Amino acid sequence: MSCLQIIGDYAFRSLGYGERLLPRSDFTLCHQVTLIGSGLIWNIYFGALALIAGFFLANAVALARASGRFWLRKPAEWFIFVFRGSPLFIQFFLFYEVFVLLPKAGFDIPLGLITLTVETDWLTRAWAGALIVLFLNTAAYSAEIFFGALQSVPRGDIEAADAFGLSGWARFRRVLWPTMLRLAWPAYTNEAIFLFHATTLVFFSGFPAFQQRGDALYYANYFADKTFNPFIPYPIVAVYFILLTLLLTLVFGRVNARLNRHLPSNIRPRIRLRAQLIR
Amino acid sequence: MFAACADPSGLDGLAWLGCYLTTGKHIDFYWSFLTVLILLAVTAPVALAFGFGGAMAARSPVLPLRLMGKGYTAMVRGIPDIVFFLFFVIALDQGLEWMLHQVRCPGWTDPIRQGLEFRVCPEAKIPSGNAAQIWHRLYGFGLAVVTFAIVFGAFAANVLYGAMQAVPKAQLETGESFGMSPRQVFHRILVPQMWVYALPGLSNLWMILIKATPLLFLLGVQDIVYWARELGGSKTSAFAYPHPDWRLYYFLGLLVFYLCMTRASEIVLGRLTQRLTRGQATLAGDARRRAAR
Repeated sequence: MSCLQIIGDYAFRSLGYGERLLPRSDFTLCHQVTLIGSGLIWNIYFGALALIAGFFLANAVALARASGRFWLRKPAEWFIFVFRGSPLFIQFFLFYEVFVLLPKAGFDIPLGLITLTVETDWLTRAWAGALIVLFLNTAAYSAEIFFGALQSVPRGDIEAADAFGLSGWARFRRVLWPTMLRLAWPAYTNEAIFLFHATTLVFFSGFPAFQQRGDALYYANYFADKTFNPFIPYPIVAVYFILLTLLLTLVFGRVNARLNRHLPSNIRPRIRLRAQLIR
Repeated sequence: MFAACADPSGLDGLAWLGCYLTTGKHIDFYWSFLTVLILLAVTAPVALAFGFGGAMAARSPVLPLRLMGKGYTAMVRGIPDIVFFLFFVIALDQGLEWMLHQVRCPGWTDPIRQGLEFRVCPEAKIPSGNAAQIWHRLYGFGLAVVTFAIVFGAFAANVLYGAMQAVPKAQLETGESFGMSPRQVFHRILVPQMWVYALPGLSNLWMILIKATPLLFLLGVQDIVYWARELGGSKTSAFAYPHPDWRLYYFLGLLVFYLCMTRASEIVLGRLTQRLTRGQATLAGDARRRAAR
């Protein structure tokens, strides 16, 4: 079987297209590279959607955490504490059990004349359930980063805004928020990278891989189990993730340059990869 | 365990719960918390030692050693840690068996990798085929500890390397001008001053290590996650204590356990940050000034 044919059969196997059965014998390097690369689609799906949705929630939670009002600050503090203080692995298990225990048939919400039935079955699937967990998790981690950045906004910036007569929303929109993003961006880049790394946990933590449609590590583990040889599939995953990390650094570096475009290029803060965030 | 629990079907209410929570399997579950604590207690110093070695190698003037050190510190940055966990457990196991095979069975002619199998001579099996169950479990736990130490050693090497670089150069040059050898400069000037810079990173690492402990489950160790799944699953009336699916409550228990563990560490970290923000011209510094007024 030629490599092109294998790519045709397995390139979208993780989404359910192409060959139904996974290869059972005669594993070639082409099989492993193709199938693991196919699984990477799920890692990118989980990482990208959780990151984008989490960004907005993180901003809201960071503001609530910095708020002077007790009933706004406390829930935000608890949200951040619970999601940052516990292992993501346990969160996956816990949420999966919650989703399983929801009634299979769905809720009936009576709305006077008609009754609305809310399906809950899809929540136990990885594509929705795990995405929700990752979304909440990254929102909590990012909120802590944004909150820290908000606390580090230089006093001079705020005084300058006051001197210009800016207040309330205008002051936040034009001075506080951009400065916060600027300060938070290097740390947020790290958060994004480690979020993508965390997506490999999904299929090892309760969420079943429906019809063996899994992520990159799921297929690597499949090959390692079948061949008893960890020295080929795991380095393939490693190479894929190094490429993904480089791509992310590039994209976030562009955004960083845009955020700091008012500064001369030699004193712009540079993004340094720091291994500070795994869950 | 208790005499009153001899016939669980006749019990109800709190007595039932009391007996249920003290069954032999639950006692195993409680002991597995100790497994986690032992892992933390053993891994932390070993990982620190690995990290120290890695950071020293990365600063070495010898090129191959420096490359090795840099490679070790860089490996955790781009690759998910769980890949290492899954990889090292098998790789270490096969590596050990392969070495033992070379030593004990020099006359063995069959290839070790036969198609899809990894086959060493029976004398090279670790632990040997007829060993007691406890040795198999201890060996598995030992492999897990070494794996954790390698991965977290790389994280620690990152932190310590940064801390060593952060010590002002003038300090080291002063040592040299006093006629100290490179070894003396390292021992008497660099290492004592480095810890101040390394402390925030290392306390962060401790939090990460706590949160990585449930990954023991993936390494095949019977840890708290294993028991929570095992005990929480729904039990039919064939069992002594039938109950529906209670895994949610078991995992809630684990969540609270981890929250308590990290909370204690967070309080220490918080004190540290408080000290660092004192007197700074930022919002946090302003808040502290207002509070002090």
